[in-house]
Amino acid sequence: MSAVVDEQGHHADDHHDHGPEKGLLRWITTTNHKDIGTLYLLFALLMFFVGGAMAMVIRAELFEPGLQFVDPAFFNSMTTMHALVMVFGAVMPAFVGLANWQIPLMIGAADMALPRMNNMSFWMLVAGVLLLASTLFMEGGAPNGGWTLYPPLVLQPITVGKALPFAIFSVHLLGISSIMGAINIIATIFNMRAPAMKMMDMPLFVWTWLITAFLLIAVMPVFAGAVTMLLTDKFFHTSFFNAAGGGDPVLYEHIFWFFGHPEVYIMILPTFGVASTIIPVFARKPLFGYASMVWATGSIAFLSFIVWAHHMFTVGMPLAGELYFMYATMIIAVPTGVKVFNWTATMWEGAMTFETPMLFSIAFVVLFTMGGFTGLMMSIAPSDFQYHDTYFIVAHFHYTLVPASIFMLMAAGYFWLPKWTGHMYNEKIGQLHFWLSAISVNILFFPQHFLGLAGMPRRIPDYAVQFADWNMISSIGGFIFGASQLLFLYIVIDTIRGGTGEKVSDEVWEDAGKHGLEWTLPSPVPYHTWSEPPLIVPTEHVLDSH
Amino acid sequence: MNEKVGKKNAKLARILLLVAISMFGFGYALVPIYDVLCEWKWIERDRPDDIKKVPESAYIVDTNREITVEFITTLNESTPMVFWAEKKQLKVHPGKYYTVNFYAENKTDNDMLARAIASFSPALTSSYFEKIECFCFSEQTFKARELKTLPMRFVINPKLPEQYKTITLSYTFFNNTEKSLKK
Repeated sequence: MSAVVDEQGHHADDHHDHGPEKGLLRWITTTNHKDIGTLYLLFALLMFFVGGAMAMVIRAELFEPGLQFVDPAFFNSMTTMHALVMVFGAVMPAFVGLANWQIPLMIGAADMALPRMNNMSFWMLVAGVLLLASTLFMEGGAPNGGWTLYPPLVLQPITVGKALPFAIFSVHLLGISSIMGAINIIATIFNMRAPAMKMMDMPLFVWTWLITAFLLIAVMPVFAGAVTMLLTDKFFHTSFFNAAGGGDPVLYEHIFWFFGHPEVYIMILPTFGVASTIIPVFARKPLFGYASMVWATGSIAFLSFIVWAHHMFTVGMPLAGELYFMYATMIIAVPTGVKVFNWTATMWEGAMTFETPMLFSIAFVVLFTMGGFTGLMMSIAPSDFQYHDTYFIVAHFHYTLVPASIFMLMAAGYFWLPKWTGHMYNEKIGQLHFWLSAISVNILFFPQHFLGLAGMPRRIPDYAVQFADWNMISSIGGFIFGASQLLFLYIVIDTIRGGTGEKVSDEVWEDAGKHGLEWTLPSPVPYHTWSEPPLIVPTEHVLDSH
Repeated sequence: MNEKVGKKNAKLARILLLVAISMFGFGYALVPIYDVLCEWKWIERDRPDDIKKVPESAYIVDTNREITVEFITTLNESTPMVFWAEKKQLKVHPGKYYTVNFYAENKTDNDMLARAIASFSPALTSSYFEKIECFCFSEQTFKARELKTLPMRFVINPKLPEQYKTITLSYTFFNNTEKSLKK
């Protein structure tokens, strides 16, 4: 492996390598995949705190029954905007940022395939989010009909204010941005890979992102179409969803969830990729069942297109439809189970150590599985009528997003920040951050299962008194969780500025060089890497399948 | 990046962009696909505005059963009308034909085109509620300030499952003047 590093270093000397541009303009005009990755990640971190602040407003209002802090319309704006900001501003851009940083490093490419388009997709994201944020200051307030933007509610004057067209154009921009990002990622993986790396040698993070990128290209345009129909229904007298003109609001739900279900996998598949990268390093074993991981990812992506109506069991489908969507949904548990068992088997008899990234990964495997199980409960059509639109679904998807996607994004931060910056983060504060997060996230979301089963509806600022105790506990968990994330912010800033002062080795983690190409590069990673592709690629991670 | 790879990248990007654009089109194609699937009753049990005129058939009147049919009349917020049914409810025997009159008055000084959309509760009863004649089958034209009598003739299919004792039928009038004139 060291031969590869030498060769890389040697070639780097030969080139007239220039570092980054000086000054602020570097960040605006950059086409360097590492700079753009950094921009995406920092922007996502900022949005995580913006969306988190909105969640704090929600939990503060729900601390006690009655209306205390905000009026109901603003409360509904908060639930709507929290979801939109977290999905389109935090989780998705964070994974695109990771892809920008890691995919070229992992496959031995000098940069992304279309570097200028890469810059454009980032700045379009910023424009889209600013447009969305501007609705907060408009007459009538931000959109408050829920992030799903269901008609007829979202088209009614009382819920739209002036914000609806801005929200729709914002969705268009965010959609174009992610489609461009996805095209770039696919082109990079297909065309820029080191010749020595076959498809089935690729690290799982690369595989999961490749499949995610295809999902993005397939469904983001459908969502753009759906919101365009809303726009023309509202302003141009079409009747796609207008019953009086022969349209049907249920049609919107079908189109929305045709996008929406793959969308939730867009947020979870790269999560799986990060977990499959981190767990083998700290278990000091190759990933168990590499090939089955690839196939499981592909199957989940395929299934995501044919199960959408399980989000709308209660619209009044014929029995055959309910049965089909119920069984198709249950099948997803099979490839997902394959993944969970593979991660467990990777840890089995491994020489495990429990640094912060590994702690987050283990918590992810456990807590994501719980989110998966509640998903299985809701896939059962007859019982879904009880869970539908209650806090049970809120608990379910927060378990699959917070201790799964968000935890693994943080794990990725802890795992790769030392590589990117050349500085070690403070392990003590990292572990404190982990334990506070892992405990408080359960105080926050676990009681919401009980609330939902007892019948508390979602998106309501006030509630009946029998729900008071669990709501208060949930809110306390929420405040602890929110405050704990400031530790993460501190660690990120601290690590960028020097961290513990300890110089990290090229591998950073013991024997990581066996697991991925990025660990054979110097730490911190130079501004330009792999100007010549590596001749040998590590295959430790695929040993089982060879 | 050499020129060959650059060309390959541009080509792949163009193909993927085409895929994205066609998926935008597919979103719109879902509209007619949805209509067809609904007609086949694959994904929706019944569309309330789909109730087709059925020919008057001779059922055996089941005088042992009495079902309460309730009528609800609603106006969409953009519809300046007055709209009511001659009766709030009617006790009926399955198999027997009844006519109920509805009344709607245009409160504006302009002509109005309006469409009534039906909705049933419980939804499952809609396929047993057979309408022979209904103002909801087509768009209604109202002259300025006109008061119209709108009859609805129906029968309840005696096959209606035993457990249903009450059927609530709701009509909502939507003002379509602007939309219909645009066409």
